[in-house]
Amino acid sequence: MQDSQDRAVGSVRLWEFVVAALFFVFGAVVVWDSRRLGAQWASDGPQAGYFPFYIGLIICIASLANALSAFNAGPKGAKAFVSWGQLKMVLTVMLPSVAYVVLIANPVYSFGIYEASAIFIAYFMRYLGKYGWPKVAAVSIGVMVVFFLMFEVWFKVPLPKGPIEALIGFS
Amino acid sequence: MHEINSLMGGFAVALSWFNLALMLAGVTLGVLIGVLPGLGGANGVAILLPLTFGMAQQPGGATSAIILLSCIYWGALFGGAITSILFNIPGEPWSVATTFDGYPMAQKGRAAHALTAAFTSSFVGAFIAVVMITFLSPLVARFALQFGPPEFFSVYLLTFCAFVGMAKGSPFKTVASMMLGFALAAVGLDTVTGQLRLTFGHMELLKGFDFLIAVIGLFGIGEILLTIEEGLVFKGKSAALNVKVVLETWKELTKYWKTSLRSAAVGCFMGIVPGGATPASFMSYGVAKRMSRDGEKFGTGQIEGVVAPETAAHAAGTSALLPMLTLGVPGSPTAAVLLGGLMIWGLQPGPLLFVEKADFVWGLIASMYLGNIAGLIVVLTCVPLFAAILRVPFSIIAPVILVICAIGAYTVHISMFDVWLMLVFGVMGYVFKKLDYPLAPMVLALVLGDNAENAFRQSMLIAQGNLGIFFSNALVGSITGLALLMLFWPLISKALALMRGNARPPTMTE
Repeated sequence: MQDSQDRAVGSVRLWEFVVAALFFVFGAVVVWDSRRLGAQWASDGPQAGYFPFYIGLIICIASLANALSAFNAGPKGAKAFVSWGQLKMVLTVMLPSVAYVVLIANPVYSFGIYEASAIFIAYFMRYLGKYGWPKVAAVSIGVMVVFFLMFEVWFKVPLPKGPIEALIGFS
Repeated sequence: MHEINSLMGGFAVALSWFNLALMLAGVTLGVLIGVLPGLGGANGVAILLPLTFGMAQQPGGATSAIILLSCIYWGALFGGAITSILFNIPGEPWSVATTFDGYPMAQKGRAAHALTAAFTSSFVGAFIAVVMITFLSPLVARFALQFGPPEFFSVYLLTFCAFVGMAKGSPFKTVASMMLGFALAAVGLDTVTGQLRLTFGHMELLKGFDFLIAVIGLFGIGEILLTIEEGLVFKGKSAALNVKVVLETWKELTKYWKTSLRSAAVGCFMGIVPGGATPASFMSYGVAKRMSRDGEKFGTGQIEGVVAPETAAHAAGTSALLPMLTLGVPGSPTAAVLLGGLMIWGLQPGPLLFVEKADFVWGLIASMYLGNIAGLIVVLTCVPLFAAILRVPFSIIAPVILVICAIGAYTVHISMFDVWLMLVFGVMGYVFKKLDYPLAPMVLALVLGDNAENAFRQSMLIAQGNLGIFFSNALVGSITGLALLMLFWPLISKALALMRGNARPPTMTE
C-alpha cells in the first residue's frame, strides 16, 4: 500500500520535457497565426502580427533551451515530479472543482453559484473532513447565506442564481 | 517643500471617516488573506477588484477604492509573517526567509517576540519606503513627462530584462513564462488594425485573456493544489502579545537599527527595480547574516534574522508602487493588479497622473502612511484571532477559498467562461510552480503586454522600422543598455566568476 502511494507519476525530467514541448507548440501556433495576419512591415507601419511573431519565436527558442537543460539536469531530473499519493490528493480537489463549475451553469440544469457552492462545501466537509450532517449543513448553508447577503444585497454583484433565489424573488 | 504641501493635501483626502474605516477593513481583510493558504496579496486584490467598480464611479471614489485595495496589500504583507513564525508555513513567498529564524524563535517559546519584531520591522521597512515614495516619485514623474514611446518601451524592456537578470532559477524559464504572458496579452482584437489575433474563430477569446483571471487561477487555485499535496495538518505554536513583550522587543530592536536601515535600502532598491519582495527578503537575510556579529547563529532563532527579511520584504512591496504610479510599470504582481485596477477605473498610471489626478495620487500616498500604522495596530492586537483561523480544518477552508476564487473570477466580466479559464490557469500554476517557472513575469507581461506593444509600434512608426531608435539619445540609450546588461547578466556573472577562477558561484539567495 505504502509503495503504491509513493510511486512517482513521471520524473521531473519527463515533465520538464512535456512542458517545454507544450511551450514549443504554443510558440509555433503564435508564429503561424502571426504569419497569417502578416508579420511584415506594411506601408502604414508594422502589421498586426509583427510583435507577436517575435514573441512566438522567442517562446520556441526558450522552450528548446529548457528542454536541453532538462536533458542535462542530472540527478535532479530523475526525482519524482509528483507521487501517486500526492496526485490523488490533488485530484480529490481538482475533480470536484470541475464538477462544481459544471453545477453552477450548464445547459441541462443550473444550480446557480450559491446552491452549487453549498453542495461543494458540503461534499468537502463530509467526504474529506468526515463531519456529521448537522455540522455540514450548518457551515455550508451558513457560509452561503453570508455570501448571498454580501454579494447580492450589499455589493449588488449579479452572480448566477438558481432555483432557491427564484423562490424568494431574486432572479 | 512642495512635496510636504501635496502630502498634507493628501492627508486631507485620506482622513475621512469613510476612508479610515476602509483602511481598517482593508488591512484586516489583507491580514486574513495573507494568513490563508491560496489567497495572497495579488489574487486577494484581484478577487476584490470587481467589488470596487461601483465605488470608483462616485466622485472621489477612486481614491477610496485604491485605499481599500492598497490596504489589503499592506495587510497581506503583514499577514505572511504570522504563519511563517507560528506554523513554519510561509503564507506568502516573501515570508519564506522569515521562517529561517522566526520559527526557531517560536520553538524556543519566543513567538511573541518574533512576531513583534516581524511586525515592527515590516512597519519600519514600509515607512522608509513610503517616505522615499513621497519625495522621489514627483521627481521621477516630472522626469518621465518628457518620455516618448521609445523611452517607455525601453523602460518596459528594462522591467522585463530585470526579471531575467535577477531570476534565481533558469533564465530561459523566466523568458518562456514572460513571453507566454505577452502572447496571451496579444490574444483578441488588435486595437490598431482591428484584426483578430490568435482567436481561431472562438468568440470567447475576442476580448482576450484578462490578467485578473490569470492571477486568481495561477496564485489561488495553483497554491491550493500545492498546499493540499503536502497533506494538511497545521501544527502551530500559539502566541499572545502583551504590552510588556512588545515594549521589551522594541527595546531589543533598537540595537539592530543598522540592520533595519540596510535591509530597507535593499528592499527599496529591489522594489523599484522589479526584483520584487521575495528576492529582496532573501538578499537582505543573506547580507545580514554576513554582516552580523552573530552571523553563524542565524537560523537558530536570532531576532536579527527576522528583522532583516521582514524589513526588506515590506520595503520592496511598498516601493514597488513607485514605478507603478510614476511610469505605469509595476514592480510586483500585486502592484500589477493595482495598476490594472487603475486602468479599469479609467485612470492611466504614468507621469500624467501626478499632474491630472494629484488628489488621487497624494491621497494614496497619504493613505500608505496611515494604512501601515493601522496595519501595525491591527496585527499587534489581533494575532491570536488570525492564528485561530489557521486552526479551522482544511476541509472547510479549502472549499470556501475555491468558492471565493470562482466568484472572483466570475465577477470580472460576469462570465462563466472565465471560471473555466481560472481552473485551467490553476493547473498551469501548479505545474509551473513545481517546475520552477516563475509566475510573476508572466503576470506582468499579461498586464503590460498591450502597453509595451503599443510603445514598440509607435517607436517603430517614428523610426520607420529602425531599431536604432532605442539608442537614438543618451536617455533611451542608457535605459536600453541597462536593460540589455540585465538580460545578459546570467551570462556575464558566469563569465566573471570564471575569470576570477572562483569556485563559489554568485547567488542571490543566501
